Amino acid sequence: MDVSQYLEIFIEEAKEHLQNLNEALLEMEKSDDNKDLVNEIFRVAHTLKGMAATMGFKRMTVLTHDMENVLSEIRNGKIEISAELLDVLFQCLDALEQYVDQIIETGTEGEKTNQPIIDRLNLILEGKSAEHLQEKADVNDTSASQPENKPIMESGPIDESAKRKHKMLSFNEYEKNAILKAQEESYSVYGITIMIAESCVLKSARAFIIFRTLEGLGQIIKSHPSVQDIEDEKFDLDFSVFLISSESQEKFLKELNSIAEVEEVLIDEIHLEGAVQDFGQKQRDDKQDDEETSQVQDDSAKDKEKRESKGQAPTKPKANRTVRVDIERLDNLMNLVSELIIVKNGLETVENNNQNMNEQIEYLERITTNLHDAVMKVRMVPVERVFNRFPRLVRDLARKLNKNLELHMSGEETELDRTVIDEIGDPLVHLIRNACDHGQEMPSERKSRGKSEVGNVYLDAYQDGNNVVIEVADDGNGIDVERVKAKALNNGTISRDQADAMSDQDIVELLFKPSFSTADQISDVSGRGVGLDVVKTKIEALGGDIEVKTKLGKGSTFIIRLPLTLAIIQALMVRLENEKYAIPLNTIQNIEDVKVSDIKYIQNQEVINLRGHVIPIVRLDGLLGIERESTEESMTVVIVNKGDKQAGFVVDGLIGQQEIVIKTLGKYLTNIRLIAGSTILGDGEVALILDVNSLV
Amino acid sequence: MENNQTKNEDIKQFIVVKFGHEQYGINIQIVQNIVRMPNITRVPNAPAYIKGVINLRGEIIPVMSVRVKFELEQDQFTNATRIIIVKIDGNAIGLIVDEVLEVIQLSEAQIEKIVSDSDDEKSKYVYAVGKVGEELVTLLNVGSIIGVDD
Repeated sequence: MDVSQYLEIFIEEAKEHLQNLNEALLEMEKSDDNKDLVNEIFRVAHTLKGMAATMGFKRMTVLTHDMENVLSEIRNGKIEISAELLDVLFQCLDALEQYVDQIIETGTEGEKTNQPIIDRLNLILEGKSAEHLQEKADVNDTSASQPENKPIMESGPIDESAKRKHKMLSFNEYEKNAILKAQEESYSVYGITIMIAESCVLKSARAFIIFRTLEGLGQIIKSHPSVQDIEDEKFDLDFSVFLISSESQEKFLKELNSIAEVEEVLIDEIHLEGAVQDFGQKQRDDKQDDEETSQVQDDSAKDKEKRESKGQAPTKPKANRTVRVDIERLDNLMNLVSELIIVKNGLETVENNNQNMNEQIEYLERITTNLHDAVMKVRMVPVERVFNRFPRLVRDLARKLNKNLELHMSGEETELDRTVIDEIGDPLVHLIRNACDHGQEMPSERKSRGKSEVGNVYLDAYQDGNNVVIEVADDGNGIDVERVKAKALNNGTISRDQADAMSDQDIVELLFKPSFSTADQISDVSGRGVGLDVVKTKIEALGGDIEVKTKLGKGSTFIIRLPLTLAIIQALMVRLENEKYAIPLNTIQNIEDVKVSDIKYIQNQEVINLRGHVIPIVRLDGLLGIERESTEESMTVVIVNKGDKQAGFVVDGLIGQQEIVIKTLGKYLTNIRLIAGSTILGDGEVALILDVNSLV
Repeated sequence: MENNQTKNEDIKQFIVVKFGHEQYGINIQIVQNIVRMPNITRVPNAPAYIKGVINLRGEIIPVMSVRVKFELEQDQFTNATRIIIVKIDGNAIGLIVDEVLEVIQLSEAQIEKIVSDSDDEKSKYVYAVGKVGEELVTLLNVGSIIGVDD
């Protein structure tokens, strides 16, 4: 069966289940002995096993199967939940995540078997502790070096034994187990050697037909040479197979001899001595023994698939990026598109009647606005998607740093554009690590300062107008302004004079400068010099900004402000000489007419005093390289905000408010100063969008 | 289509354009489009050889003055001025040329590679000379002109 079409669903669902698993495990760690949680984890492991098996991801299936075994014992109260057990389960989770990541990238689960984890699971199952691991490994070693059992034949003339090549073959542990099990269930196991006529031209094709016939009669457990080699015609005139079947020898002989170009068929029933080992053992052996067996099965499965889709180029399933969309939102979109069609029809029937025309245009405008909203909503995903990995992150960090940390999250349901969600993860991880590592003091230190030993890290998201705000806060030590200043002086980022003139806030902002880390020790967690500047760059690339508030001894808060959407914004179009520029409307506070005579100078900087606020003036024409003499007495100033800061942009004229579609300037024009992007106007001309962040 | 390609394996097509008196060839494989001069929107703080951006059917495309890059005198926009849109590695850029003359076919034998003089910045912009009868056409290395080879 071709399952690649289900790959995307598999990935989506696997991710969801892994997330549930993550949450349940974290919960279980906090409150031991919770029956519901064990049930939940068991259920997830079971579902994942089923899904992985359906998709043919064998290694994933084995891992989840062993997980399930252990969990089932916990559920039955036979195994106690211990720290070691949780550790192993977390390792399982990580391993499963790796499988899923691998699948997303390549469409296959990769080669990693995660044997150590499976071993540990089995040891737990056997009620042994980790010290037995070594012993166990030794046992495995010896069993591997033992000469492998030769099959014992029940019948078959001796004189032909040279021809009966299947007699020469030996089995590995897995095959032996399969045979023993089949015997127990009173199936017959046959060894068959098939000779193909010398005159045969397409040996591999003939072999394929034989294999197909055999597969119809029973289950093939081993073949020599391997199916791959046979398919590549890397065999002489004969090959041997072993298979489990309920059919009789005669039936095989009849079926096989009816295939053309088969010279001779030699068949024997095989009996192996020994007891069937437990299933867990078998699973492990599957992994440990030379991969031959699973290889064969893999190959035959592949082989089959290939033949079924013959002629088609091998399709490599690769996961696309998908968004799960609420059906209601899609319905809404559909309705809007229907309305759009109605307007189109309306416009067709309008005869030079201005009144009607205006009505239709207004109608059209309403629809396009709604359509934009609707499409935007389709792209929106809750920040939960990013947030949900942080509890685990903080848990791991707390262990690594020997701190007592607790993460409080709120506003996980706040929605952001999918592209932003994808990008915001790394900066947030960085900030949370910072908060845990630099921000929080050691428990003893906290105690001596009269704080509770448990350090709190807060992660909050909420919508604020056209922005989404994400705050990462801690109640730790806060940023030591003096230390930052000393450090900045030390490495020459600022001069002594500058340092004296800078406010505390200015100094804290230095942290966002490249290669500025105050961590005294470079730790595993943070302090490698690539730091907040990267976070800042990333967030600004998303059209957002970041600021920090801190109080020594009380903690610090990093506030990230992100635009709700990236593609379409409301903008104010302004004119400078004969060029048009767009200023994002959400940054604009108000627009003022200012007399030239009202301009004052502070430290050589033009400012205006607007109702008690001193606002610096930005001469856009000069910055944008427009050369001219200004003689006017009054000028139009657009006052914009960036966080707490304000600035007044001098423009020649206002064109009006407009909804604009943001387009990048392309690869050849990256990092153009002062310009954030471009847009196409109604008349087909290109207008540039001012980058308010870099202008204020 | 495929047949043509195999048959003319060693024949390459070039668009011949003119800057001043010299003729230059641009490999037709990378040319997307040739358009008349539209309105160009100046981009402040961009390199001097970037004249600005244009809107080509909803796509924003930067336009570059090859003359400025070659340190020739500034472009004089006339009726014959064209923008050649080339696309390399999925990124489109427009090149301003004085005039588009014709499309020529050159076989390997007609193309003479020239060794670039490492001291001369401009020499890496051309990679060969094509001979068409008596005429010589300098073949441009567009990749290095637009700076994707560096």
